[in-house]
Amino acid sequence: MSDHVSEQSAPAKRPVQLFRNMSAKIASIPMILTALVVFVGGTTWTVVHSFTSSRLLPKLDFVGLDQYERLWSTPRWLISIENLAIYGLCSMILTLTIGFTLAALLDRKIRFENTFRTIFLYPFALSFVVTGLAWQWILNPDFGLQQVVRDWGWESFAFDPLNNSKIVIFGILIAGIWQGSGLIMCIMLAGLRGIDEDIWKAARVDGIGTVKTYLRVIIPMMRPVFITSLVLIASGIIKLYDLVVAQTNGGPGISSEVPAKYVIEYMFRAQNLAQGFAASTMMLVSVVVILIPWAYLEFGGRKRG
Amino acid sequence: MKLSTKLLAATAMVAAPAVHAAELEVTHWWTSGGEAAAVSKLAEAWEAAGNTWIDGAIAGSGGTARPIIISRIIGGDPMAATQLNHGRQAEELIEAGLLTDLTEVAEANNWADLINPPSLLDACTFEGRVYCAPLNIHSAQWLWLSHDAFETAGVDVPADWNEFVAAAPALEEAGLLPLAMGQQGWQQNIAFGTITIGIAGVDNWLAVNRDKNIEVAEGPAYTAVFEAVEAARALAADSSVQDWNLATNLVITGQAGGQIMGDWAQGEFQVAEQVAGEDYSCLPGLGLNAVLDTGGDAFYFPVIDDEETRAAQLEMAAMLVSPEVQVDFNLAKGSLPVRGDVDLSAANDCMQKGLAILASGEGILPSGDMNLSADTQTQVEDLMAEFWSSDLSAADAQARYVDIIRSAD
Repeated sequence: MSDHVSEQSAPAKRPVQLFRNMSAKIASIPMILTALVVFVGGTTWTVVHSFTSSRLLPKLDFVGLDQYERLWSTPRWLISIENLAIYGLCSMILTLTIGFTLAALLDRKIRFENTFRTIFLYPFALSFVVTGLAWQWILNPDFGLQQVVRDWGWESFAFDPLNNSKIVIFGILIAGIWQGSGLIMCIMLAGLRGIDEDIWKAARVDGIGTVKTYLRVIIPMMRPVFITSLVLIASGIIKLYDLVVAQTNGGPGISSEVPAKYVIEYMFRAQNLAQGFAASTMMLVSVVVILIPWAYLEFGGRKRG
Repeated sequence: MKLSTKLLAATAMVAAPAVHAAELEVTHWWTSGGEAAAVSKLAEAWEAAGNTWIDGAIAGSGGTARPIIISRIIGGDPMAATQLNHGRQAEELIEAGLLTDLTEVAEANNWADLINPPSLLDACTFEGRVYCAPLNIHSAQWLWLSHDAFETAGVDVPADWNEFVAAAPALEEAGLLPLAMGQQGWQQNIAFGTITIGIAGVDNWLAVNRDKNIEVAEGPAYTAVFEAVEAARALAADSSVQDWNLATNLVITGQAGGQIMGDWAQGEFQVAEQVAGEDYSCLPGLGLNAVLDTGGDAFYFPVIDDEETRAAQLEMAAMLVSPEVQVDFNLAKGSLPVRGDVDLSAANDCMQKGLAILASGEGILPSGDMNLSADTQTQVEDLMAEFWSSDLSAADAQARYVDIIRSAD
């Protein structure tokens, strides 16, 4: 405040832009340093070392693209990518659909809305490890879901995804969606509450059905909410690790491996840092390739238009 | 505020040099019942000499503990002594000068003549200097058989792997699982290694694992191995357990005919109060080639810049190889001693078989840890995990195995 006053009283001296809001700038120095050193510095270091032959200890003898060639000819990595793609696509679509449907149902001014909201949100309060363990038990053929249904009398019922290498990723997907859709529901519900009541009245006057109003009017209006949800879901997908470790540990065989697990295991168990770095660089590249054009269109485009 | 800071600093200054010379922190991953008992033998021996043992047990297997141990050494917070499996795991730490040179202890105590088999000391030696103290021998090449299961099926207990495969249909008819197999890569890799030694023989195994000979890996001997593993996969098709001790338990309770597992499985039979030769049998090298590899545990001593600590580290290294400690520790752990001149008459039938092989001096192999880097081992484990749990054909698996050996270093 006093700065401001003195500036006005002495207009001849032009304030140096750099020193404005000094205290705020000083306060943000630690965060700027963290961002530069930890994020940018750490990422650069990792990418540089992915071109070396580092084993247990990082060292700088460059071998070009050898690590990447090996990475893309490793069946385990290819399976990991495939699994992540299946999990990512299904999780994106299903979490959004289920989250939005639940939110829309709750938005119909039903009774006990608070209770339902709490129930749906509860899984999100559990960590992935707990979620994974719980679903490992639920999907266990001997005392889980399959056995319960058989005890009810449906003797031939078979549902054992975790021990079948062809569908094991869907067993993990079930747990992931169960855990994640509650949060998306809450965000969607907040978005729905932000829609002006007059929109609904107008739709009713025009004689548009409820479902059609949601699909044609409400959802386009909720674009920012959907974007937020997408970012949240996407970041959850790329870091998928602990759920798999707790639920299947990559098994049976290597059929439920995911990229993050490959990175950890090659860095530490296989004592091959460069291979792990190459894999993590590929994860970063895939995020960048998808995110940057999208963010450009989403945020850069609007400013111009 | 200032006073307390000063006090804290003062305490830290006083505390830092006050570390007693013979107070060593020891990290290891021996946390199960029998293992913890064995560690306490080491601690007792160390404290009997007037020193202090600070126990740094890390729960979980070596896979969990090893990264913690290594990152502590690399990160400049080394413990005074640590367990590792000898072999190539510590190679780079030695190159980086992070581990204490034990050559003078080895020479003073004549390790070169005492340690049997000599390959154990070789695994501790890097460019002519000794960097670790071998502690015990564990071998992986054992087939454990349940007498109960074969009695139920009405066939004799097999004497080798071929008889075992021949008896498998009878076991299946009796509703029993022929081969118990935990669905984890390292266990499947042990089975693969053991079958290789049994079917292809020691020379071929050494040619591939030690000399990285591609022609042998592509050749007919290894084709037979992969076909045998494919057949074993069919025998273990209904085995859905994960952990090795659960698979051993299937053998103990007579639900499964046999299991290929290292000699640490013996502890499980002991806890279940079964008698070797009566309730269960063991066949080293599948009964085909009575050979054992000599993996095991060794102690490494990270470099700590303090002369007194270094002296204590050398003292501990000498103690670990001393006859008394070797007997006490290995009887508690069920592993074999690293020197041939100690009396282990209290050992049971299976341990005696192992001792006899060691004493004969023949049929001793360096362990996988000594031949293959952790990187190559992980790749082979991944391949085996996939091979055992899918319908990958033997020929494809062999081709992929050849690729791994070709790129091995």
